[in-house]
Amino acid sequence: MSKEFSILIGGAAGEGTRMSGQLIGKLLNQYGWRIFIYEDYQSLITGGHNFSIIRASKERISASTKEIDYLIALNQDTLQRHKGRLKKEGLIIYNSDGVKNYPQRHNSDQIKGEKGIGIAALTITTQLGGKPIMKNSSLLGALGKVLGIDWQAIEDLLKREFGEKAELNLKIAKAGYDKAETHNKIEKLNQKPLPLITGNEAVALGALKAGLEVYISYPMTPASSILHYLAGIKKDLKNIVVFQPENEIEVINAAIGAAYSGKRAMVGSSGGGFALMVEALSLAGQSESPIVVVESQRPGPATGLPTYTAQGDLLFVLSAGHGDFFRFVVAPGDAEESFYLTGLAMNMAWKYQLPAIVLIDKEISEDTFNLDESVLEKIEKRDGRFWNKKGNYKRYLDTNGGVPSIDGISPLAFPGEAGAVVKATSYEHDEFGITAEEDEGQIRRMQEKRKRKIFYLYKDIDELKAVNVFGNKNSEKAVIVFGSNKGIAAELGKELGLRVIQPLIFQPFPEEQMKKALSGVKKVITIETNVSAQLAQFLSCQRIKVDGSLLKYTGRPFFIEELREELIKKLQ
Amino acid sequence: MNKTNLDLPTKNTWCPGCGNFGILQAIKNAISILEQKGVKKENFVLTTGIGCHAKIVDYININTFYGLHGRALAAAVGIKIGNPNLKVLTCSGDGDSYNEGISHLVYAAKRNIDLTMMIHNNRNFALTTGQYSATSPRGFKGRSTPEGSQESAFNPLELMLASGATFIARGYAAKIDHLTNLIVQAVEHKGFSFIDILDPCVAWFNTYEDYNKRVYELKDNDFSSKEDAIKRMWEWDYNNGGKIAIGVFYKIEKPAFDQELNSGIVKIDNIDSKIREILEKRI
Repeated sequence: MSKEFSILIGGAAGEGTRMSGQLIGKLLNQYGWRIFIYEDYQSLITGGHNFSIIRASKERISASTKEIDYLIALNQDTLQRHKGRLKKEGLIIYNSDGVKNYPQRHNSDQIKGEKGIGIAALTITTQLGGKPIMKNSSLLGALGKVLGIDWQAIEDLLKREFGEKAELNLKIAKAGYDKAETHNKIEKLNQKPLPLITGNEAVALGALKAGLEVYISYPMTPASSILHYLAGIKKDLKNIVVFQPENEIEVINAAIGAAYSGKRAMVGSSGGGFALMVEALSLAGQSESPIVVVESQRPGPATGLPTYTAQGDLLFVLSAGHGDFFRFVVAPGDAEESFYLTGLAMNMAWKYQLPAIVLIDKEISEDTFNLDESVLEKIEKRDGRFWNKKGNYKRYLDTNGGVPSIDGISPLAFPGEAGAVVKATSYEHDEFGITAEEDEGQIRRMQEKRKRKIFYLYKDIDELKAVNVFGNKNSEKAVIVFGSNKGIAAELGKELGLRVIQPLIFQPFPEEQMKKALSGVKKVITIETNVSAQLAQFLSCQRIKVDGSLLKYTGRPFFIEELREELIKKLQ
Repeated sequence: MNKTNLDLPTKNTWCPGCGNFGILQAIKNAISILEQKGVKKENFVLTTGIGCHAKIVDYININTFYGLHGRALAAAVGIKIGNPNLKVLTCSGDGDSYNEGISHLVYAAKRNIDLTMMIHNNRNFALTTGQYSATSPRGFKGRSTPEGSQESAFNPLELMLASGATFIARGYAAKIDHLTNLIVQAVEHKGFSFIDILDPCVAWFNTYEDYNKRVYELKDNDFSSKEDAIKRMWEWDYNNGGKIAIGVFYKIEKPAFDQELNSGIVKIDNIDSKIREILEKRI
């Protein structure tokens, strides 16, 4: 048995392939395999074509291969689209109620796999009294048998997942299991299964760990599932307020209002929604409001490709907002980093009273990753600096009895606090928060007070791991990536002996750590999913010389095979 | 009435004779009355957008949030959701909330969030030197419409009725006691309270004389009747002549959004173990 294998399951939208992919992932997870699930779907509700690729490996992964070992086809369309991906020794499991032309009517030469297993999934399901969506269980059962998985493991999983509704699903799954034969028995690995979670769920949980109290969002793919997930959390735990207002402008202004009232607030959207928030991002800068903004990128410009991926908003988030102000920007590369860096963003936003942006993309948002629970220990809620309730409260205190507030951080008080009058403002202002247009000294001091905070933020990030280095750490050839290209670059870096560098924080940029990471490097290329090499542009502004870039801008992520080939060519 | 603690020693830059002076006085009066009724001063928050109205935050010694143009209410909604115990007041202008930020106005009314919205309606963009706004009469000659605007004003009271506001009133900046009383009622009303305040602009649209002739106080009208409210609202359409009623047009009770949204919310101390429980199920 090889050290990894991939399963593609596909069907029409609404057929439940995503849910099925999740169950397959969990089943293999039980056997100790490390899992990554890639989701591909279109901007429609029914029909069209959706598929998931479940990749299982002995080691942690977060990238997909083009080639697959198993193809589960719910319909003819899936078979036609993906049969070319199948490895020579691969196997097709097809729903013979949906795939009518197998194998006779298509050219069987095109199917490299020796054989296919047809399961009359819908017939089995309806005969047993199930709803059509339950046909997925019969295919899951068949796959289980093909992979030589004990029936007990499937039974345990379905019982756990479906609770009272498990019985019928179990019958349907067993029928599929009994109809299939074992093709290649997978090993049961001696590894503890790790939770499977999407990046959006990890963002939500990281924020909760750091004290999230209010989540405000207007629906926009691929950020919407943060809203859905937190609404579910609210229903169960009753610990947060979740609010879907009329538009993104209300979203961010309300979040700033919630922060002013003393609540830890976060908002989420994709590039288009974030564009509508930009004026108020500047308000957060001027009013020194701690808020967290999650920006999950999708391809643009404009509506672009709503359900696909891109890294085209890096330069946008770094410079969004009129006027000069500072923000904290993090770019996690998987679910674990999404958890940690969202929590960090929340804590930094409150420590330094500024907007923090979590920059992710559709692959992080909606793909499924393993997450090591030890990451929970890396985030605790850290309070901001609060008013000591002595003297007259000044929201923008800069000097205190002649002693400058060295780090520029003014103590927080919130409305409702007796003895404090809290004046927050979008205008340039004095320490109390009154408009100051005349006194140039006052204006300069306030600009400098806000700027001073960033120097202390720099110091803080120097203490953190703000840059990851993977692969061959002594190689003179380096690849720089951010966000969702982390996984594929780390995997190929290891294989090809390259140094792989991933900055996790973009503002303030960890210059010293980058310098260290790049020491001894002679050739640098970036790998990016955008058309204008934004990371390379950014790095050259940081005086880091980039020799070239590998770019993909079709809305799909890089797959291992294509990137391997391009990397070898580029770094020859 | 103890009003001293509401004053600030800042320089006032409104034009002499501006209607905003009357509105500021009425708000201070209302806060003093409400303080005497037991509302703590620290529980008041005033938000504004941008425009002449918004300078009010620099002239009143209470918690304030001086927001962006058009977003006075947008921030107020977040503040009220964040802490439903606060008494949130919003001052906004016609340009601020009938033009730029109208979506927030419609939705705040629709969801009946418990706050008080006061529009300093001077019927032009004054701080930007006199352009026509949503409630300028048709033919308004401002700097952007020297030949007279081709748009008719809309009727904000009817818009609020259609949007679901549960307290709809009109006041007049020159009738401070009447306005004070309206603001007290609006703050005490549980739900979205809306007051359109006739606010003469001495610089660009001086309507004192006109209003003084036409304004009358509503008496004995049926607050709970939509029909009655509409009839009164349409006595004047913000364009032409006719009697101008001030007072409460409409008032009904409905659940307040902020209370419902926050109902049953609890603090969880052991979020770490809750997250571990969630992750446990994801294996």
